[in-house]
Amino acid sequence: MKLWPGLGVAALLSALSIGTLVMVALKAQGGATLGAADWAAIRFTLTQAILSAVLSVLLAIPVARALARRQFRGRRSLIALLGAPFLLPVIVAVLGLLSIYGRNGLFSAALQLVGLGPISIYGLKGVVLAHVFFNMPLATRLFLQGWQAIPEQHFRLAAQLGMRTGDINRRLETPMLKEVAPGALAVIFLLSVTSFAVALTLGGGPRATTIELAIYQAFRFDFDLAKAALLAVAQFTIGALAAYGAWKLAAPTRFGVSSGGLREPERWDCQARSVLLRDAGVLLAAMLFLFLPLMAIFASGLAGLTALPLSALGGAILRSVLVAFGAAGLTLCFALALGFAIVRLERSHAQTAGLIEGLGALFIAASPMMIGTGLFIFLFPLVDPVALALPITALVNATMSLPFALRAILPALRQSEQGFGHLADSLGMQGWGRFRLLTWPTIRRPALFSTGLAAALSMGDLGVIALFADPQSATLPLMLYRLTGSYQIDAANGAALILVLLSFTLFWIFEREANRET
Amino acid sequence: MKLELDHLLIRQGTFSLRADWTLAPGDKLALIGPSGAGKSTLLSVIAGFLAPSAGRIRLGNQDLSDLPPAKRPVSLLFQENNLFPHLSVAENVGLGLDPSLRLTPGQRAQVSASLVRVGLRGDEQRRPADLSGGQRQRVALARALLRKKPLLLLDEPFAALGPGLRLEMLELVNQIVTEGGKTLIMVTHDPQDARAIATRTALVAEGVAQAPVATTQFFLHPPAALSAYLGR
Amino acid sequence: MLKMSLIAAGLALTLAGGAGAADKPVLNVYTYDSFASEWGPGPAVKKAFEAVCGCNLKFTTAGDGAALLARVELEGARSSADVVLGLDTSLTAKAAATGLFATVKDGRKTDLPGGWNDPLFLPFDWGYFAFVYDKAKLKTVPHSFADLAAAPKSLKIVIEDPRSSTPGLGLLLWVKKAYGTRAPEIWAGLAPHILTVTKGWSAAYGMFLKGEADMVLSYTTSPAYHRIAENDDSKAFARFSEGHYMQIEVMGQLAKAPHPALAARFLAFMQSDKVQSIIPTTNWMYPAILPKSGLPDGFDAALPAKDALIYRPDEAQAVRAAALEEWRTALSK
Repeated sequence: MKLWPGLGVAALLSALSIGTLVMVALKAQGGATLGAADWAAIRFTLTQAILSAVLSVLLAIPVARALARRQFRGRRSLIALLGAPFLLPVIVAVLGLLSIYGRNGLFSAALQLVGLGPISIYGLKGVVLAHVFFNMPLATRLFLQGWQAIPEQHFRLAAQLGMRTGDINRRLETPMLKEVAPGALAVIFLLSVTSFAVALTLGGGPRATTIELAIYQAFRFDFDLAKAALLAVAQFTIGALAAYGAWKLAAPTRFGVSSGGLREPERWDCQARSVLLRDAGVLLAAMLFLFLPLMAIFASGLAGLTALPLSALGGAILRSVLVAFGAAGLTLCFALALGFAIVRLERSHAQTAGLIEGLGALFIAASPMMIGTGLFIFLFPLVDPVALALPITALVNATMSLPFALRAILPALRQSEQGFGHLADSLGMQGWGRFRLLTWPTIRRPALFSTGLAAALSMGDLGVIALFADPQSATLPLMLYRLTGSYQIDAANGAALILVLLSFTLFWIFEREANRET
Repeated sequence: MKLELDHLLIRQGTFSLRADWTLAPGDKLALIGPSGAGKSTLLSVIAGFLAPSAGRIRLGNQDLSDLPPAKRPVSLLFQENNLFPHLSVAENVGLGLDPSLRLTPGQRAQVSASLVRVGLRGDEQRRPADLSGGQRQRVALARALLRKKPLLLLDEPFAALGPGLRLEMLELVNQIVTEGGKTLIMVTHDPQDARAIATRTALVAEGVAQAPVATTQFFLHPPAALSAYLGR
Repeated sequence: MLKMSLIAAGLALTLAGGAGAADKPVLNVYTYDSFASEWGPGPAVKKAFEAVCGCNLKFTTAGDGAALLARVELEGARSSADVVLGLDTSLTAKAAATGLFATVKDGRKTDLPGGWNDPLFLPFDWGYFAFVYDKAKLKTVPHSFADLAAAPKSLKIVIEDPRSSTPGLGLLLWVKKAYGTRAPEIWAGLAPHILTVTKGWSAAYGMFLKGEADMVLSYTTSPAYHRIAENDDSKAFARFSEGHYMQIEVMGQLAKAPHPALAARFLAFMQSDKVQSIIPTTNWMYPAILPKSGLPDGFDAALPAKDALIYRPDEAQAVRAAALEEWRTALSK
């Protein structure tokens, strides 16, 4: 496999992340320093992101454990549905959460029946609640993959040796969790770092100012590009440190690579009624926590469907699907190009390979506002950025999903190249034939899974289109945003429902294809 | 102890396998037959990893059919992944004495002794990744030795080893089985393995695990399906 | 890679579909999102202007007034914009300082409380910020910031963040204009009632409609929307004795506008009866010049001029950083 596509993608990523920052910094006049308010924003960002990551991971472990060792009707659908919260557009998710946990939500209404006052979720707890809602399912999936990476024979062996649930936990599961947890913590930490609207709305006021909000303020309230650039550097630094820390902390178990499938579990150790009840309780609680807000979104969306302007809807759906497929295709190409370069460089230039891998992960911590603005400054003298709104949106959305795709594909690619690379070389397999016959069959599952994830994420994400679009080329998220800005709350709920259903359908189709036996 | 497969029927989708025979105490049985015929599946059923669709499995007077894997008097060695990669050799063997690995000094000595028995003196602290394929299966044998289960099942654990090493390992198995008065069932592709240690051999093909025959007789008058498989 | 370039080409094609009719000049108007959206005045304005101008009118959008100004600044002298429509007077001092805007001919005489006099910008609509509530649910309505501060703690309001939203900045200036050096004290009194602060108007208003908060910072014209568009008379705004801060939305012409004559014509058109009469029920604001037909049914007359609070643009620019700091400090406790 050639090296240059991967290096090209790495260069593109650097341009999009660091290059856009430099563009903004160059445009700035004079320097900037971080004031007390900025340091407060950095502190709050760190606090909420750490809490969100730790809580999501801690709560995900029992859920993933229950899913990993129980067979029941609907298990696969449940696992697939875990993808849904992660794909929700921010404003939809916030209103959905408030329908349940808000002052006028379901819980408060239930409490009032027994004479208790409404609960208040605003503050740090609300921010963390929302981030756990988004990310706990993600962590659950990551851990579930970890469980599936443990070879089947190990569980059989454990059963034969009479290892009890506690022994299996200590000897098999804990080492796996130690390997998976740092990565999961880092990903969720990074995702929470760039939070802005959720943090502010549920945070209850300016105490809940994150770095991303400070960047936003620098751009539009203070018109201070130097300050914006400086804050973006701070955000990047935090992201880089988190990624490095996760890489250092992850203790390899040598269990190998999960096929990424959803193998039915085979366990003999947890038939005890108490264990069964605990698993059932955990799953029920997780389902209530995650699916009640989704159901609220569904209900209000159904009511709003009739208010939707059908004329604009078709075009918005078409554009969104186009952007989603564009982004998904780009994500896959980028991940493969980077993956091949990393696998090839690992033998000779381990540090360069690590750097490229880190570059992919770093993107989660990039400021969307910064990327959009930097791209605008860069493109404006060359072309009309508005005319390129959709391709640019697809490109930026693709880079946002890239860290997940790379993470999923890289181990399989490594296995395929290290296991069969020499064989393929000796047979003279190269180019497309080698990809089709050797690479694709081994990476098919993670590749399809991450393509679906990228498509779905792109579908639901407003992305940079808000900075570039003209009124005629709205995507579905942009249409949703415009509806909410024009008093059209009912129609917005309807649009949100369609958006969620569409992105989840995309995700589900790809996942089903990924899990199909060939 | 006598092993009895009583009208055993295994069904998985379109695959099915029948077995209805007994194995005398101390017998060493080789299961031979084409890939996919169900040799490994039969071992999984005896070990309790898969439930049969019909029939019973008895060892001596004990009916194993409804017991969970841990309660069955069986040790099964897989083709691979017999060791936990993140545990040391001694820990992997020690699991055979206590699945929680709370070992007394006496048990630790037992672990070392059984490692000596399989030719791995002083290798207690090594990790599976640092061992050769043959050494890894020796560790698994050392554990089976300690578990003192009357029935030992081998699912081709030595298939990846060279012919010389494989026969050497089989000889080790032979000694362990004979000394411990165990009953052995091993899956193999190679008549040579069967001839080396098996007192009896059974053909698994075309949906049936046939009744075991004395190994010498078996190869003297091979069943038609075996000739086809061996290409003679 | 070939596949990808095909997709990119496809995307470009679907985009290019909107263009065409190449011989007519294209007047490029930068405006905020909700103005140009299907539910705003944009489509009607475009249709009406194109019927008389012999040109094509193209809207280019940014999120809101502040985003619009940031965009114009980033593009600088190379901008292809002719007109920028949708800044307000908290932004015009900054906009004037960029030197990118041309002086304009005086427009028509406006009906703004306090009139209008600015060399660079002309108003097209205006409104008062106000707290909106549900008449059926809120029985004791506060009629001043002091009332609000003294209300039971269970009375909750949701406001927008001045750093990311126009109404949020409006409230900041409202309190500062009404109370001056006492603003921090007012904010401290309001703090227990502030349920949360949202990024923009839509999240705040959505939360209010969901029943999360008793009142929301919006406009005095919001109840008219529910009355006229939804036939729902349940919403009202609380009239505050301190007066209400005004938002005046303005437009200006770029000094380097490719089509200066058309641009000037468009500014005049925006102030014509034709456009002014569609403003109330599309942008849900008061027209800068009351059309002959008056306000539509269900649209209450604006509060009298004595209730109007507003900073001059240069004052607004000068006061906002310190006011923001006071706000942040008071609400961070």
